[in-house]
Amino acid sequence: MANLAGTTPASALTAARSSQPLLTIEGLTVDFSGVQVIRGIDLTVARGESIGIVGESGSGKSVTWLAALGLLPRTATVSGSIRLDGEELRGAAAMRLDRIRGRRVAMIFQDPSSALNPVIRIGRQVGEVLARHQGLSGSSIRAEAKRLFELVGLPDAERRFDAYPHELSGGQNQRVMIATALAGKPDVLVADEPTTALDATIQAQILDLLTTIRRETGMALVLISHDLGVVSETCERIMVMYGGLVVETAPSESIFASPRHPYTQGLLAALPPFEGALRQLVPIEGQVPEPENMPPGCPFAPRCPQRMAVCEVTIPRLAQTEAGGFSACIAGPATEAQKPLSLKTSVLA
Amino acid sequence: MTAGILDLQGISRSYSTRQGLFGKKVPVHAVDEVSLSLKEGQTLALVGESGSGKSTTGRIALGLERPNSGYVLFRGTELPATDTPAWRRMRAQMQMIYQDPLAALDRRLSIIDQVREPLDIHDIGSASKRNNKALAMLDAVGLNASHATSLPYQLSGGQRQRAVLARALIMQPALLVCDEPVSALDVSIQAQVVNVLMDLQKELRLSLLFISHDLKVVRQVSQSMAVMYLGRIVEFGETHLLLSNPTHPYTKALVSAVPVAGRRTRERIILKGEPPNPAARPTGCAFHPRCAIARPECVSVCPTFSTLPDGRSVACHAVHTNPPTKEVGS
Ligand SMILES: Nc1ncnc2c1ncn2[C@@H]1O[C@H](COP(=O)(O)OP(=O)(O)OP(=O)(O)O)[C@@H](O)[C@H]1O
Ligand SMILES: Nc1ncnc2c1ncn2[C@@H]1O[C@H](COP(=O)(O)OP(=O)(O)OP(=O)(O)O)[C@@H](O)[C@H]1O
Ligand SMILES: [Mg+2]
Ligand SMILES: [Mg+2]
Repeated sequence: MANLAGTTPASALTAARSSQPLLTIEGLTVDFSGVQVIRGIDLTVARGESIGIVGESGSGKSVTWLAALGLLPRTATVSGSIRLDGEELRGAAAMRLDRIRGRRVAMIFQDPSSALNPVIRIGRQVGEVLARHQGLSGSSIRAEAKRLFELVGLPDAERRFDAYPHELSGGQNQRVMIATALAGKPDVLVADEPTTALDATIQAQILDLLTTIRRETGMALVLISHDLGVVSETCERIMVMYGGLVVETAPSESIFASPRHPYTQGLLAALPPFEGALRQLVPIEGQVPEPENMPPGCPFAPRCPQRMAVCEVTIPRLAQTEAGGFSACIAGPATEAQKPLSLKTSVLA
Repeated sequence: MTAGILDLQGISRSYSTRQGLFGKKVPVHAVDEVSLSLKEGQTLALVGESGSGKSTTGRIALGLERPNSGYVLFRGTELPATDTPAWRRMRAQMQMIYQDPLAALDRRLSIIDQVREPLDIHDIGSASKRNNKALAMLDAVGLNASHATSLPYQLSGGQRQRAVLARALIMQPALLVCDEPVSALDVSIQAQVVNVLMDLQKELRLSLLFISHDLKVVRQVSQSMAVMYLGRIVEFGETHLLLSNPTHPYTKALVSAVPVAGRRTRERIILKGEPPNPAARPTGCAFHPRCAIARPECVSVCPTFSTLPDGRSVACHAVHTNPPTKEVGS
């Protein structure tokens, strides 16, 4: 089967970029007490690029990036390679990682309660990043923090400076976290569900803001979200994760028009429509496999309507589809990808 | 007005905040004269601007917070004072699901212990029955036996939110206030949870106050909806009417900004100006500084509600004098 032997997309993508990618993840695996939850992830992030990451809850979207930033607890074993501008981050000294986090790679965390310190005024939390990574002090911190709060549309920025997180609404805290992440002027922003607590108008403003910053400064954006609409409108390339693996990656416009992997197809079918007749929502049948009981073959096989016998024994590799994406499916539509792997840049655009 | 399961009558809540350590106190009107009615067995969605007072309204509805003025009626009876035995009895029939699942769970207790806890506290059934019931509830929200024995940090964000949902539903409450219950869930699990909620609603005549930013989900679950802006309701009516033909300029902008997967078919209305500052509420209609159709009276006079022929209420001067022509839509 040609598609089983496909070249790994990470190296394909790397080769196609004329300049060196900003961030490269190769063969990343993560184990928690012997149970593997990330099972080999390859990806590259180019300067100024926007990648949307979607996938089943528990598929490893957050853990991938926590691992990349050295933020997992000691119970985690990480292997593989994470390189930022060629520098290996896995196993790097804590001091070195401290310098990189916030300054070069910033992360907006999924849980506001674990990201903001409840007993420190929000102005100081942003101020700390500005002092550490921008070398600001005194009144220039306050001025810059105010500018950032205004940038993210936090009303009444001046007075908010002295507020504690519990005095702000969920969406206001989320904007504080976005401001904190932007404070270090990072090269890569990893935003894990950054707009779940925002109304649609502010969400659209924040996503526009991130896109503008990306265009103007070349910051790369990795946007993790369950909202397919959000990634669709913000990202050029989409990665779909399932069971600790990337199962599909494709340019944004093609993945929503013609999803190749049966899991991606299931996701789109489960989406509540915003127009037309109401219908009972269709969740994907069955349950996500637990990491300790991963099926030997394709992780999605037990739930897959297109399953064949071979799916239960072979883990499919990502293979190029005709739409310019990659899909890890033996049975499904990827069989059309019989053409030899070409290094056209359409995947990257 | 016929009594629903939950009636809010003119509730207001303000917080006083201080600028700096010694700065003067400024009142923030988080909720301003809000009236709502939720019918038994139905779902009322509360949507709107971030920071407009939705969560505060939800907390007031459950008596977790007192309004400065106004009344909260549960089945026609005013809520007893917080933390009295009478309130606790009433409270057992009302549950809340919060926005941030990690904050809602005890970090040291296993998931099953936390889901079973309300049964333990109220001493319902034998120990093994309680455990089985908790497992069945977890199963209903899509969590299995291995999740049950996990600690919260060992679960993904979406798994945690389902645990929170299981715990809220285990006492079979009559009223559930959901504050962003599905925003942490992937769309497949979201579909599952939405279906679970709607099934339980039918089975148990569960009434839901559903606070959400996701208008796609709101469209799916709710019969009526209220749109809030800066502490006030600006439009209230049947969900399908408001979404297919929004009348208030803020509702219009909100509906137009809903992100869609794939190609966008509707044009997005981009709001000009800053999000509002609750400590310095604009005069007249609070939305006027950002409103494309604002006129002189909007700056000075706060619009009152007018009822349109389709039954909805809108607080807008432009709508008041010029009711919209009916559009054909879904
Ligand atoms: N500290 C930990 N110890 C043990 N297992 C963990 C830990 N953190 C995460 N996991 C497990 O790793 C897997 C991946 O989790 P992760 O948080 O990356 O999921 P996710 O894709 O971000 O999901 P969600 O969309 O719900 O946020 C899950 O099965 C989770 O239970
Ligand atoms: N304890 C508090 N002290 C001071 N101000 C508060 C407090 N709680 C809430 N507020 C303010 O009241 C207003 C309403 O907050 P609330 O949390 O009800 O908004 P929300 O509509 O739920 O917003 P979101 O959609 O962002 O969750 C906000 O301006 C918030 O800053
Ligand atoms: Mg996550
Ligand atoms: Mg809220």
